[in-house]
Amino acid sequence: MDLLAIAFYLLALVACVSAFMVVIARNPVHSVLFLILTFFSSAGLFVLLGAEFLAMLLVVVYVGAVAVLFLFVVMMLDVDFGSLRQGFVRYLPAGGVVALVLVVEMSLVAAAIAGKNATLRAPSTNGVSNVEQIGRVLYTDYFYFFQAAGMVLLVAMIGAIVLTLRHKPGVKRQDIAAQTARTEASGLRLTKPATGQGISE
Amino acid sequence: MAAFLLQYLPIVIMLAIAGVIALALMGAAWLFAPSRPDPEKISAYECGFNAFDDARMKFDVRFYLVSILFIIFDLEVAFLFPWAVSLMHLPHPAQVFAFWSMMGFLGVLTVGFIYEWKKGALEWE
Amino acid sequence: MTDFLSAMAAFWATPVGWTVLTLVHVLVISVILLICIAFILLADRKIWASAQLRKGPNVVGPFGMLQTFADLMKFVFKEIIVPAGADKFVFILAPLLSTVLAMGGWAVIPFAPGWVISNINVGILYLFAVSSLGVYGIIMGGWASNSKYPFLGGLRSAAQMVSYEVSIGFVIITVILLSGSMNLATIIEKQAGGFWNWNVFGGSEGGWWHLIATVVMFPMMVVFFISALAETNRPPFDLPEAESELVAGYQVEYSSTPFLLFFLAEYVNIVLMCAMISILFFGGWQAPWPTPYLQHWWPFWVSAHGFVMMGVKILFWFFMFAMVKAIVPRYRYDQLMRLGWKIFLPTSLVAVAAIAAWRVFGPVNGVYG
Repeated sequence: MDLLAIAFYLLALVACVSAFMVVIARNPVHSVLFLILTFFSSAGLFVLLGAEFLAMLLVVVYVGAVAVLFLFVVMMLDVDFGSLRQGFVRYLPAGGVVALVLVVEMSLVAAAIAGKNATLRAPSTNGVSNVEQIGRVLYTDYFYFFQAAGMVLLVAMIGAIVLTLRHKPGVKRQDIAAQTARTEASGLRLTKPATGQGISE
Repeated sequence: MAAFLLQYLPIVIMLAIAGVIALALMGAAWLFAPSRPDPEKISAYECGFNAFDDARMKFDVRFYLVSILFIIFDLEVAFLFPWAVSLMHLPHPAQVFAFWSMMGFLGVLTVGFIYEWKKGALEWE
Repeated sequence: MTDFLSAMAAFWATPVGWTVLTLVHVLVISVILLICIAFILLADRKIWASAQLRKGPNVVGPFGMLQTFADLMKFVFKEIIVPAGADKFVFILAPLLSTVLAMGGWAVIPFAPGWVISNINVGILYLFAVSSLGVYGIIMGGWASNSKYPFLGGLRSAAQMVSYEVSIGFVIITVILLSGSMNLATIIEKQAGGFWNWNVFGGSEGGWWHLIATVVMFPMMVVFFISALAETNRPPFDLPEAESELVAGYQVEYSSTPFLLFFLAEYVNIVLMCAMISILFFGGWQAPWPTPYLQHWWPFWVSAHGFVMMGVKILFWFFMFAMVKAIVPRYRYDQLMRLGWKIFLPTSLVAVAAIAAWRVFGPVNGVYG
């Protein structure tokens, strides 16, 4: 068998098995760790397709940033693992419907590709790396999509702040400008208190 | 295609060798070092008293805010990579257009950045 | 005999032979790297000691040269303690992961012309990815210990690394704008011809005009260096393991070789950061002077020349890391977050725009120049 095929089946197998483990792992932290393994295997599949930029982005963004947030959340949530699993049977029908819809959609896509008799393969790069290929079209030909992506990120940024920002009252902050602008006149008061009297403000 | 993939094989080998070296070090201690656990030795470290509850406690919501903001800026950097590589290889009018296209994108995100600054999301308390 | 030699040559060309050759190649480089790290660790302690008018390690071997190896032996003979409440699997996985990632970063570092384990097109992005994964070892170690100090230390460390990652990303973008490539070997080749062509002085394109870009690139180099300190949890940003506040941060519950692996990963990462600064800003294996004489040298000596140049730069930056540790007082946590988000992030963002504008509209570009 072809070495490429072996690598593909190995990565695909790891991706599927670890995706399954995400669902059945008892400990949510283990679930996130399996999710990371799934991301890695998918990155490997991208590399096999020649899309090295996408592979690295998957690692940088999903593993390096998104999964860190997931880990934060599951590490902090004081989840009772036992009670979490009790809902399993209750949510099974709803989950099953979603899964079924996905399966139907994916088979439709597969059927469409098979019907057109087209083979999906990475476009030839003519010696130009695929990062550059993306760069040549993304910012000019796909200008509106690119700007829309910027807007989405802006909404995400504002949304995150609106949802999670809480100011604690009574927190002392350091104001460096005020600190360095302090002079003898503003920061110092000389008094001569009488014995046993102290100073009244 | 094959030549391109062959560049990735050494990385896999490197990671594997690093893993083997790390495992070997751990295995060495497991083989040679004594293992006599007792309840005091394997209890969690606290300043002199016994741990009174599970250490995995709730923590400040700010840590989430930081990591969400990080995801957004990380994506921004991700968009910058292909731009930085291809900018100087584009023909002239497209190059100037790509430049202003990115400035627009960065401008939108700078608005968000100014918003979070003014809201005090970057203050650590 | 000649039959045997030609048979061997044929064998090396087959996939199996090639893999064996690569395996040996990678193994040799890993071992050399680890031995160098052992001496660099000693150098760190010696430099720190000298700054404090102490002698540092001076008993084991001449000048204490074998100290690190003695430490290694001691670690190996110590008991591995797994705390009672710990998640055993994650607890053991965390140091392994840290070490594997730190070593893995070296796979794309070119040491001399042609001397690189893997010359991938997206070399910088790979390094960026690997360094953003470094946070996992720390979070996992802190969480798995199930003890309060490691947990808090791990959290802080994660937030800190994540904050400085962004500015590192922007600084890398400025370098890519100058080089037009993410391949590390290409970035180095573009900086040939003398120290004035290094990226810290604005790269090599555009005649002497490129020197103007120094105004932006030199501060970017400083931002990168300081972010590298924060990213590797070195002093003055070693808050996760601030001795007095959090005992030793995420490493509190670790002993024996698992602790050693964390320690090793930290130093491998530090030297990796030194190599990155050398490559991105200081020309990697290029000499600081024009090197037309290399054309007449044997390939072996050309490589040796490159190794020496790269080695000197890495050692210089490591010396800077060590001196910062000896000289600079530790930051407070809110100061650290302010520096990352409110100073470095906007500065590097503006620098990206400035360098791009300089490249597109400045005299460097052939269209207007």
